[in-house]
Order: sequence, then structure tokens, then C-alpha cells
Amino acid sequence: MRRTLAILVENRTGELARIVGLFSARGYNIENLSVAETLDPGISRVTLVTNGDDAMAEQIIKQLEKQIRVLSATDLTVIDHIEREMVLVHVNAEAENARLEVTKLASIFDAKVIDKSEDGVTVEAVAEGHKVDALLRSLQPFGIREVARGRLAIGRLPVSYPQITQITETTESQLKIVVPV
Amino acid sequence: MAVLVFGVENMISTAISELIPTPTEVREVQRQGQQEEIPQEISGAQILLEALLREGVDTIFGYPGGAVLHIYNELARNQRLRHILARHEQGAVHMAEGYAKATGRVGIVLVTSGPGATNAVTGIANAFMDSTPLVIITGQVPRKMLGSDAFQEIDTVGITRPCTKYNYLVQNAGELADVVREAFHIASTGRPGPVVIDIPKDVTAERAPLCYSETVNLPGYRPNRRANQQQVEQAVEKIVNARRPILYVGGGVIHANGSDELLQLAKRLHLPVTPTLMGLGCFPSGHPLSLGMLGMHGTYWANMAISESDLILAIGVRFDDRVTGALEKFAPQAQIIHVDIDPSSVSKNVRAHLPVVGDAKSVMQQMLDLIECGNPVATARGSDKSAKKLASWWQQIEEWKEFAPLTYEKSDVEIKPQFLCEELYRLTGGDAIIATDVGQHQMWLAQYYGFNGPRQSITSGGLGTMGFGFPAALGAQLAFPDRQVVAFVGDGGFQMTAQELATAVQYRTNTKIIVMNNNYLGMVRQWQELFYDGNYSAVGMQGTPDFVRLAEAYGAVGLRATKPRELSAVLEHGLSTRGVVVMDIVVSAEENVYPMIPPGAGLKEMVLR
Ligand SMILES: Cc1ncc(C[n+]2csc(CCOP(=O)(O)OP(=O)(O)O)c2C)c(N)n1
Ligand SMILES: [Mg+2]
Repeated sequence: MRRTLAILVENRTGELARIVGLFSARGYNIENLSVAETLDPGISRVTLVTNGDDAMAEQIIKQLEKQIRVLSATDLTVIDHIEREMVLVHVNAEAENARLEVTKLASIFDAKVIDKSEDGVTVEAVAEGHKVDALLRSLQPFGIREVARGRLAIGRLPVSYPQITQITETTESQLKIVVPV
Repeated sequence: MAVLVFGVENMISTAISELIPTPTEVREVQRQGQQEEIPQEISGAQILLEALLREGVDTIFGYPGGAVLHIYNELARNQRLRHILARHEQGAVHMAEGYAKATGRVGIVLVTSGPGATNAVTGIANAFMDSTPLVIITGQVPRKMLGSDAFQEIDTVGITRPCTKYNYLVQNAGELADVVREAFHIASTGRPGPVVIDIPKDVTAERAPLCYSETVNLPGYRPNRRANQQQVEQAVEKIVNARRPILYVGGGVIHANGSDELLQLAKRLHLPVTPTLMGLGCFPSGHPLSLGMLGMHGTYWANMAISESDLILAIGVRFDDRVTGALEKFAPQAQIIHVDIDPSSVSKNVRAHLPVVGDAKSVMQQMLDLIECGNPVATARGSDKSAKKLASWWQQIEEWKEFAPLTYEKSDVEIKPQFLCEELYRLTGGDAIIATDVGQHQMWLAQYYGFNGPRQSITSGGLGTMGFGFPAALGAQLAFPDRQVVAFVGDGGFQMTAQELATAVQYRTNTKIIVMNNNYLGMVRQWQELFYDGNYSAVGMQGTPDFVRLAEAYGAVGLRATKPRELSAVLEHGLSTRGVVVMDIVVSAEENVYPMIPPGAGLKEMVLR
């Protein structure tokens, strides 16, 4: 089963490698990955799509949460959520009527042509994953030269999983200093 | 970021590390405005050593090299830190592990970049698997050369990422003190583990004030200590109502220093206790409630009891495959309560009916409080009544014990390995610290040596690292120079780290090494005998050196016993001789460890002999 995970992690060198390593070490493939800063530049949000059963998801969420710099990890698949995929695609379209046809097709999918050259156009779409698949299928006859896709997801309001918008700092007194016995 | 700064030059000359103020103290001084110091800058190497001293470090196990020269330069001038020069970086890490396991404190390792770091990886992975708190400092090429395939450059944080609890690549000398403080915090709290600090050489030369920031930046790290009270209440409810309960306990109890609570809990409810290999000694072996170790080479009655139980109270264990046997056949009738500090351990291999996430010691204390005055059934039922209620369960366990006690065929021609373990137990009274290597000898010692208390058994359980035993014993001995510390190793494993004899002799330790010499890679030979029709492949150890002369070559004492009648004299003499002693005990070559659960079988499908 396809799983979409949302991970909040401190925005530091090496943390993404740590997250990705948890998947590769277990032989899980990552189908889609997106990372960007949140409102707090100290925190990154990772959206990660993978495949696995419930037991795998439970274990990987626990492993993610165990990471020192991970603030939260949520399996969005099991809660009400909104998922969108963005796609940028170069399509062959030399003849004028081909361009018109691609533009028409795009509008059916709520997509639009955002760039053109002598022999092709670039189509942009933001939609649910299966709609993006359908759009690509219908563009195929024209000849697709290059595709870039990325997926994002967020829980539907009101959100039930932990919200971390700012890092709270631990104070010295909360820290156990190891003293000699 | 608020930065606290204080002069340190004068303190370095002082011999007492406690003089280094904590950030709070520094704040105090600053608030009073009594001192307006210009921040004194010291080198990264000096900052590192001061930061280690502030964490209470007294001993560093290490090996020098180019990338750590600045650090070694400072170390030579520092009277407050003892450096132990190992003969191989793997040995240095195992020593630090032995030190940490015996004391409960964080073990420290210092090695150079490249090969120094890669040689240390086996030890780091071993510490990771067995949750041993370590801080490993690795040298690195200068910052400007990172990523250029420079001489002795290796991506240490990359290599160690999957086998550390956390790791750092230090960016500048100014953050070094904070990194060390964080590293100790991470290594020693929650589920303990190794933390690597990789320091580029130029950072150790860079000058900066010794300062700590006011806050520690670990927002995502919440080592859960106290368990949810409701879950503990439910657990107590289940335990007092169970008819065939069993306590299955492991290394987590030792890490949490929870042996006293465990003893009280077991006694109060009259519960049978079975420890894992990593849990040996967390409950006194000679106690009537102890069933001995469970699992692949566990006792028949411990394996039967857990298989037939209706309630398993699992504390600080991880349901390792060497314990559970075939998962689908594991304890089919049992309700499982799993107490662990690491949520990812719970329901990983075996689904827990009731997870209790918390520190073993405090959860057991919560349980004891409830039993004494919280749970009406338990409170009303004193320990005598608990015993009465479980009488038929205990009778069943006794029957299993009588049916298949731990036995072996005695001999007056050959020294039986089991007899060796019994003799060692007799002569040390179960009070020695014993570090074992990996193989048959490790299992026999677990079966036949009754550890009296925690932190006495030191062994490589998770990774099963041959070569671990001797350097680990040495580390424990360096922590406790006056205690009886024994390395109990196989002839194969000893040859993996025997060069540390030089270390043992150099620092005038009293470490005793008992080589259980069957002239085979015995555990592998046993599997080949049982599961590959006796087709022995690469398990004969022809070419093994004469261990007595090997010891002598290092300036240690070497002794040998080949006949049962020689054994006790050699052991007695060897254990009581001062200095490093190697006892080469030639045992029957083709003895097998029983009982044994064949691979893929359930716990009840034991091969008894
Ligand atoms: C580093 C390493 N390599 C290989 C193994 C596989 N292995 C497990 S036990 C064993 C045999 C150990 O022989 P020895 O040290 O003589 O102990 P014995 O079993 O004879 O008591 C081997 C090779 C291991 N555990 N560790
Ligand atoms: Mg052997």
C-alpha cells in the first residue's frame, strides 16, 4: 500500500541522509520526496511517499520519531488529508494545431501551458496523483520529452497530528550532566 | 544566541576540573557584575579536553594519528586525563565498552581520521547494538579539504550514521563545547548508545573562547522516563490476575540500574524470572525465583515456562530472534506487557498487548507502589499469598527442571568446557566481572556461571563480535583495578584482538585471560556438525600459536591445563597471580552446546542433547 508520510525535522546538514537511510537500510523504496523550510527556517518539512503494510508503517514512524533531530513523523495515509501532485512536462508540438490541441487538453485537466518554443510547449498541472497520470497519458500521443513531478500532502483541517511551528529550547536545568561516581 | 564566556587560562593550570563553572554559575557571576572578563581564547583541542573534563571523564582509550595530533599534544600536558594506548582502534572501542558496561558511565574513545575511524567502526556498531553509552572522537581532514579525497579522508559521519545514536561533524571550535555536552547527554540518556564527534584537524587548532550557549538545542529529543500511570495500573492488574506469569528481563534493567526494584517485584509477587544474555546478573542467578537464561541455548525450563505462560512481563528486552525462536510459535497463550524506554522496540518483533514506554527502574518502582497501596487485589494479597496462588505454576516449572536439568557427560580424561565454567564459578564465588567473547564458550559461561549481580557480565550480544571479550575485560579492569576481572574467550576470538596483551601489560593491569581452547571455531563447527552433515569447512584452527609462549612474549604469565586434574590448580594459581595471566585451557574439542533450538524451530522444540 502506498503511504504518504509528513516529517518535521530540524533544518541541518545530514538530517535528510539520516531519514533516507532508515528506508534504504530496510530495503524500502522512496517513490517521492520533497523537502522545504517551514515558517521557522530552523525546521524542514519532508513529504515522503513509500510503499508498505501497516506493520512497516508503524515501525518506520517509530524509527523516524526516534531520530534525535526529528520533531514529528505522521503517516498521513491513515488520516483525512489532502494530497496534490505538481507536474511540469515538455510536450512535442510543432504544428500550430498541435499546440492548440495540447492547450485544449490541458484545460480539461485544469492544467495550463506555461512556456513554448519552436517545436514544443511546457505544461504545468497541480492535481491529485491519478489526474496527473491521466494528463500524462493523454499527452503521450504528442510525444513527451521530459517530466518532473513532485508530491505534497497536508492533513485536512482541523488537523489531529502534532503541530510544531517553532523550536522550543531545552534549558540547562533540563539536561542531565553526567558526573563522576 | 546568547553566549557565555569565561576566562579559562588560569583554570587549565588548576588541577580540579570542578572549578570550571557551569553556565548557571557563569550567569551568576555575570549578573553580580563582579567580573568583566575579556573572553580568553584557547585552541579547539584545549576546548575539547576541558569539555570532556566537565563531563567527568577520567580515562580515554585511543590511538594517535595525523588528524588528532593537536589533541594528543594537549593530552600529553594534561594531568587530569588518563590516556590508554590500545594496539588497534577496535580494541580501544571495546575497552571503552567494557569500561562503560562495568561502571555505567560513558566510555570515551579518541582515534584519527580514515583508517583510525574505519577500524573503530566494528566497536561502534557493537556498542550501538548493545546500547552502550560511548562518545567516540574521530579526527578529520581540515575543513577546506573535506570532500577532496585527501590523505586519510573518509566520510566518517556517513559511515557511522546507521550505527550511532547520533553523530556530529564539528564546524568550528566555538561550537565544540556545546557539541561535547550534547553528545554526552544523548549517549547517556534514554536508550543509551554511541555518539561520534568528527573534528576536522584545523578546528582543533582554531582558537575560540571556551563557552557554552545558554540552551541546549535538542527540541526533538525527549527521552521518555516516566511511564503513563494508567498503563502501569493496567499492567499491575494483569500481573496479579495471571495464573502463569513470567518476568522476561534484559539489558534495559541493567542500563536503568533497576536490579533492586526487579528483585523486590519478583519477590513480592513470587514471579519466575528469566534473563536474556544481555540481562545476566540483573537478577541473582542463585535466587530460587531465577530460571536461568532463555532462548536458543537457554534452559529447558525457562523456555518451557515462557512458552506456556499466560502473561509475559517483558522489561528492557527486545524479543531478539535468538530469544523467541520461530515467531509464530512464540508463547501462543500469553498476554504480553512490554516495558521499554525505546518506543520503537515495542511491538517490533512480537506484538505487545500492553506497551509501557518508560525507564525500567521507574516503571518497576511505579508497579511496586501500586502493589503496596493502589491495587486492592495485590495489596491485600501479601507475598505469601502470591506464592500460594502460583503454587501449581511453580510446581510445573519444577517438573520441567527435573525433567531436563543442565547436564553434560563428565570426563576425567578431557576437560569439559562446562566443568571449566563450574570451576571458575566455584573459585570466584560468582563475584568476578567476566567479559566473554562470542561462540560456544560464551553460551557455556552463560549457562554455568551464576552471576550474582549486575554489571558483572560483559558480552557482545547484539552484534556478536568476535574479538570483543579480551579488550572489554581490559576496559573493565582499568575502571576497577582491584576487582577480579576475567576475559573468558575462545581460541578463535582471542586471536582477533590478542595484540591488546601489550596494552594490558603496559598499564600493569591484573587482567586474567582464560582461553577455552577447543582448537576449533567451535560454534560454527557445531552448526556444521548438526546442520551440514558434519562437513567441516574452514573451522579447524591449525596454526594456532602456543598461548603460553605468546603470553610470555608480551611479558605476561602463561599457564596451561590439559587434564581435568590440573584444572583447579591452574585456575587457582592463575587467578591469584598478580599481573596479566593467560590460562590456556585445552578442552574437549567436539563438545556441543545444549539445549539448542534449531534455526526456524519454536522454543518448545529444543534439542536436549
Ligand atoms: C568477527 C566475527 N567473525 C565471525 C563470526 C562468526 N562466528 C561466530 S562464533 C564463531 C566461532 C568462534 O570460535 P572461538 O572463538 O574459538 O570460540 P568457540 O565457539 O570455539 O568457543 C564464529 C567464527 C563472528 N561472530 N564474529
Ligand atoms: Mg574455539
